[in-house]
Amino acid sequence: MLSRVAESLFWMSRYVERAENVARFVDVNLNLMLEVPSSEQQWLPLVATTGDHELFEKKYGAPTQESVIRFLTFDEENPNSILSCLRAARENARSTREITSSEMWEQLNTFYLFVAETAARADSIADLHSFFARIKDGSHTFCGITDATMTHGQAWHFMRMGRMIERADKTSRILDVKYFILLRSAQEVGSPIDEIQWAAVLRSASAFEMYRKRHGRIEPKNIIQFLMLDNEFPRAFRFCLNRARNSLHAIFGTPLGERGRSEPERLLDDLCANLAAIGVEQIIAGGIHEFIDNLQANLNELGAGIYETFLARRTPNPAVADRLPVRDAAQ
Amino acid sequence: MNLSEYEVGDFYDEMLESNGMPRRATSHLALNLQSLSHAELATRQTAADLALVRSGITFNVYSDNRGVEKTLPFDLIPRIVPAEEWQHLEAGLKQRITALNLFIDDLYHEQHILKDGVVPSEVILSSKGFHRQCIGLNPPRGIWCHITGTDLVRNRDGKFYVLEDNMRCPSGVSYVLENRRLMMSLFPEVFNASRIRPVANYPHRLRDMLEYLAPEGISNPRVVVLTPGMYNSAYFEHSFLARQMGVELVEGSDLVVADDYVWMRTTGGFERVDVIYRRIDDDFLDPEAFRKDSMLGVPGLMRAYRAGNVALANAPGTGVADDKAVYAYVPDAIKYYLKQDPIIPNVPTYLCSRQSDLQYVLENIAQLVVKAANESGGYGMLIGPKATKKEHAEFAERIKANPRNYIAQPTLSLSRVPTVCGENIEGRHVDLRPYILYGKEIFVQPGGLTRVALRKGSLVVNSSQGGGTKDTWVLDHDAPPNETNSAALTPPPSLAAVC
Repeated sequence: MLSRVAESLFWMSRYVERAENVARFVDVNLNLMLEVPSSEQQWLPLVATTGDHELFEKKYGAPTQESVIRFLTFDEENPNSILSCLRAARENARSTREITSSEMWEQLNTFYLFVAETAARADSIADLHSFFARIKDGSHTFCGITDATMTHGQAWHFMRMGRMIERADKTSRILDVKYFILLRSAQEVGSPIDEIQWAAVLRSASAFEMYRKRHGRIEPKNIIQFLMLDNEFPRAFRFCLNRARNSLHAIFGTPLGERGRSEPERLLDDLCANLAAIGVEQIIAGGIHEFIDNLQANLNELGAGIYETFLARRTPNPAVADRLPVRDAAQ
Repeated sequence: MNLSEYEVGDFYDEMLESNGMPRRATSHLALNLQSLSHAELATRQTAADLALVRSGITFNVYSDNRGVEKTLPFDLIPRIVPAEEWQHLEAGLKQRITALNLFIDDLYHEQHILKDGVVPSEVILSSKGFHRQCIGLNPPRGIWCHITGTDLVRNRDGKFYVLEDNMRCPSGVSYVLENRRLMMSLFPEVFNASRIRPVANYPHRLRDMLEYLAPEGISNPRVVVLTPGMYNSAYFEHSFLARQMGVELVEGSDLVVADDYVWMRTTGGFERVDVIYRRIDDDFLDPEAFRKDSMLGVPGLMRAYRAGNVALANAPGTGVADDKAVYAYVPDAIKYYLKQDPIIPNVPTYLCSRQSDLQYVLENIAQLVVKAANESGGYGMLIGPKATKKEHAEFAERIKANPRNYIAQPTLSLSRVPTVCGENIEGRHVDLRPYILYGKEIFVQPGGLTRVALRKGSLVVNSSQGGGTKDTWVLDHDAPPNETNSAALTPPPSLAAVC
């Protein structure tokens, strides 16, 4: 497969996943506003979660519900707004239409057009909840169509890897930000408001119901365990990285269960092994923020390694031209 | 579809006789279409428009810097070509392509046609499309023009004329295929009783032709489509054809030349490329050989081509035949190489480089269509009868400043086809661009792209100038006189089935 195409596929699914996560954050916060009639302070952490607070402050100044929602949904200058993400995903899809299935393209195209048309209308979102529900739906549909209509070969694995890395990143970020804020308001720890806040964290990862089945009571320690270390919940950090590892191995052709030999494979294998070994008490002892910070750095390193290995534009050396693979049977 | 109000006017109408009755060969289908109510037609038109947006069948407009794509307007009422007429056109196109290939090959080798004084050397040597870098090139199998989209028009006299030869990177064939797919889903009942020749095997034919060009000794050649990228106006088509053929769509930066071989960068290393269907103009193909500032091309591509390690379709240098001043000599070239009279005539053409023609053009500019010799897409063109005095004067100055770059033709009265215009059905002018593949043999796709000038009275059919398209139905055989009014149409089971 062409390196450029692999890169586009990787980013296409990352962007769709990112749009979905932004919709989750905002939607949960809206619910929170209803349950906890508190200040506008609830909105700034949201911008922090996507990592664009500098751009936000420059454009809007103080965060209000309206400005944050606008920034995160339709602001074309924000590269991580839902609209920008879906536009980027669609552009990537447009440049890979000969690889993906027509169904995927049509769904993503319709999905984007829906958001673009909503954005174009003045006072656009009458019903915020159903809008964000449609975003989540659109992303789920895209994943479903991808899984059901595309050969699960190299191209599909690049897409899944992108989706899983993005999801892991976002789950850890939301935990990081919320944890920081929640612990800071120490007087609320253990209060009903605190419980509602933690429930919101779980809800934004669609994890509330599944968490209840696993752990029952709302307990920060268990929430960290569930969102970071669970191996069966599909939005948990560890689950995502395990799937990303499987895809990376498949791309390299590394047999199931064996350790990979390439640089990015080894990095990811180590990460997965660490997540399997570490306990939640250890994480808390070392500091949750430090732990997540470290994981983020690892993800960045992984991204760079994947880029170097598959996607960077190199030139063949004529001196070794006869050793170039003449034809790839896997194609 | 009520045609009782329809005015054929002082034009050749493709569907109806001047008395408003359907033409004999097309009457069967014309009557079928007439049995549709206006509401049914409107529903289907809406369904068609929606389907186009949904599937992203779009083109980009250069002037739109946000890179927003537009859909090409599609009109439901097909243009029908009787079988007998098509046979004539097919023979004429094969003749023309055969001669043009010999012509181009001669121009880049011995130049007999120039030495014999049939075509003036200065016309060729001054052509922007004539590349000295291509002199002496021997393209695989001796074929230069593998893919051609020849523009034909029908005049008021009912005769077809060749308006343009498009030998560089003719586009539009994807619309032919998609329009047909759309029509089949909208009017399944018509196709069920089908006497309409299919178009869907074009990608298959194209791939066969491209594989035929591969260097000797390669049993399973790797074919790619080379695109300037997704901001090109025809990107949808590039991607569409790659998908339909099952080959990679590459950009210049995906390819690299080493040791005079072309390689593509893949996740598994470098893989050799044997045949390139390039949708990049000569000028941008290889910065080593042509324009040095090209960011779209592949440095060294021409070296690999010259060494016979890769095939390019079309061959570089074919653009010389697209020059509208060179076009004027194609009938002479047909006589010169094939010793035959042209089956499809040219539109009479005045070359402003000739003193006597120039005089005539300047005096009669208000009646003529003037075109820049090296432009396409409806740019750089004056339609005398539709232009103002001021525009006439401005164009006359431009011609005088650079006579070589202008040609003029009488303003043809292009034929019309009934077209959905809001609430009504009105006649709109059309042209026809059949696609011709030259591989082991010459294949003319039955039909081609019918472009329609949607603005009332407009003669400009280009998509960049407000044109749309229609499906083109070439009949397998013409209706015998007694078969004129068979089963009328019933609406399709469900319009939800569209695409």
